[in-house]
Amino acid sequence: MTVLTVDTPGSSILPRRGGFAGALSDAFWRHPLLLLILMLTPPLLWLGIIYIGSLIALLLQSFFSIDDFSGVVNPEFTLATYAQLLNGTNLDIILRTVSMAALVTLASAVLAFPIAYYAARYAKGRWKAFFYLGVMLPLWSSYLVKVYAWKLILAKEGIVTWVFAKLHLGFVLEAILSLPVIGGNSLSVSYLGTFLVFVYIWLPYMILPTQAALERVPANLIEASADLGASPRQTFRTVLLPLALPGIVAGSIFTFSLTLGDYIIPQIIGSSRLFIGQAVYAQQGTAGNVPLAAAFSVVPIVIMGLYLAAAKRLGAFDAL
Amino acid sequence: MTPAVRFQKVSRHFGAVRAVDGVDLDVASGEFFAMLGPSGSGKTTCLRLIAGFEQPTAGSIEIFGERAEGVPPYRRNVNTVFQDYALFPHLNILDNVAYGLMVKGISKTDRYKEAEKALELVKLPGYGSRKPSQLSGGQRQRVALARALVNKPKVLLLDEPLGALDLKLREQMQEELKSLQRALGITFVFVTHDQGEALSMADRVAVFNNGGIVQQGTPQEIYRRPKTRFVADFVGSSNLLSPDLMASLGGERRWASLRPEAVRVASEGAEAVVENVSFLGAGTRLAVELGSARLHVMLPAGADVPDVGTPIRLSWNSQDIHYMDDAA
Repeated sequence: MTVLTVDTPGSSILPRRGGFAGALSDAFWRHPLLLLILMLTPPLLWLGIIYIGSLIALLLQSFFSIDDFSGVVNPEFTLATYAQLLNGTNLDIILRTVSMAALVTLASAVLAFPIAYYAARYAKGRWKAFFYLGVMLPLWSSYLVKVYAWKLILAKEGIVTWVFAKLHLGFVLEAILSLPVIGGNSLSVSYLGTFLVFVYIWLPYMILPTQAALERVPANLIEASADLGASPRQTFRTVLLPLALPGIVAGSIFTFSLTLGDYIIPQIIGSSRLFIGQAVYAQQGTAGNVPLAAAFSVVPIVIMGLYLAAAKRLGAFDAL
Repeated sequence: MTPAVRFQKVSRHFGAVRAVDGVDLDVASGEFFAMLGPSGSGKTTCLRLIAGFEQPTAGSIEIFGERAEGVPPYRRNVNTVFQDYALFPHLNILDNVAYGLMVKGISKTDRYKEAEKALELVKLPGYGSRKPSQLSGGQRQRVALARALVNKPKVLLLDEPLGALDLKLREQMQEELKSLQRALGITFVFVTHDQGEALSMADRVAVFNNGGIVQQGTPQEIYRRPKTRFVADFVGSSNLLSPDLMASLGGERRWASLRPEAVRVASEGAEAVVENVSFLGAGTRLAVELGSARLHVMLPAGADVPDVGTPIRLSWNSQDIHYMDDAA
């Protein structure tokens, strides 16, 4: 039988590592709170002052008003600016933006789910990499370039009209464009065009969180559901969807709030009617009405707050 | 009587991997049937074939006389207790247990009543409002059992259900499962890699290796008369005696097995040297060197225990020597 010998070192406590760095890491090890404070202070200062601070400054502006004759901001507390939001034109802007954001979110969710499901459940190795590349690639190129590219694609002389014409389906496009509200002279100057480009631009922000949520659903829950007698449709409704919902809600926060705040897409593609972002841009720029611009930018914040509260009530975060 | 489950030449291949290869299997109605084998031996794939999660590449599967190929899992009156329980994390315990009844469209009051009864059956009454994450492993295991039993399945499949529990809980659940099965009269098909579990619970055991069944029989048959070296090695702590050793002891030149408790320390017999002594409570196990082979000898409690390093003599009755097929 072989006997194993172990060399015992001279002392049970090893010698200190020398120098300032050694003393510092020992001190941090004994006082972990110190390290935490050192690490968190810079980002918290940045967040607190630059981020939240400027937001509060903006909020304060919305409670001021503008003198109609001189155009000077009157720094007295008033709700008059908020009252202006409720007049016909401004209310139209808000409703237009919110319905567009809701539709874009809905369409993104419907388009994203199958892609995310495939990527989470079936894609492996090379295909998974291909999926990430495919979803992320559009994010790597300039937003403006993409929007202008879409303007060309959707224009009357563009490829969409051409394809419809070649397929002898020009009348279908005509019929769609002649619809009230969503139609127009060409796709590039219609709400439909604005909608398509919004969905294109924000879709990755819906796919990625949905995929992450689906990835966390263990495959055997799907099997357990089938085993207990649930048809695929019942499994989708009672197991898959509730468990993926936090991801879909996270994605919808992106698509919804990004659409609410965007002012470039509706300016380049769409009818000339304003969205909230454009109204903010116009009010603080040309019109010089910073209080109204501020009041407009409060609207998306309030809507997102309401949306999250509703999502929480519906149990969207129960599975987290 | 129609068997609960019948496999005829069933194979399931994944590309070049023959997970299950030409398996013939009959599980009698009302029986506690264990599928025992090392990981990758095909036992879990067989279970998944019965559940309907896998389709056979070849062969036929019948469940109570009805052909099961092409029938999706949700149209089989068979329920599974999963290895890691697979409870729905977003539903509370009562809704988890009532899930199978819910998808069948049974009214809320009726299904909750049934689910509460099932929870009582597994000794978890009043746990309905908790979430799976609030329960211990053993409790989740019981919920998984209740969730399956509430559907009154014709066959209950259990995929290593006790694997994640600690020893004491596992032994307790083994007894409870066995008495539950006896009380309900449902056919249980139980997959495990733990030979002790299979032998102590099952009415019949199928030992799997390399995608096929090596031996089927009652636990006593499997333990006493292992058909091959693999079965003897995997199932028991039986001593394997090589053909050369058997020849030198005056027996046939074939592989044989000899149970440790059948060996006695005697005044005459084969010469051996004690290598190690382990006290096991109910007895003492000696590891001895006999020629170049290492054997185990189980001494009953109260017997004289020789010291390590002492030469002893071993004897046994010739009918305790069990010759096996040479194939591994």
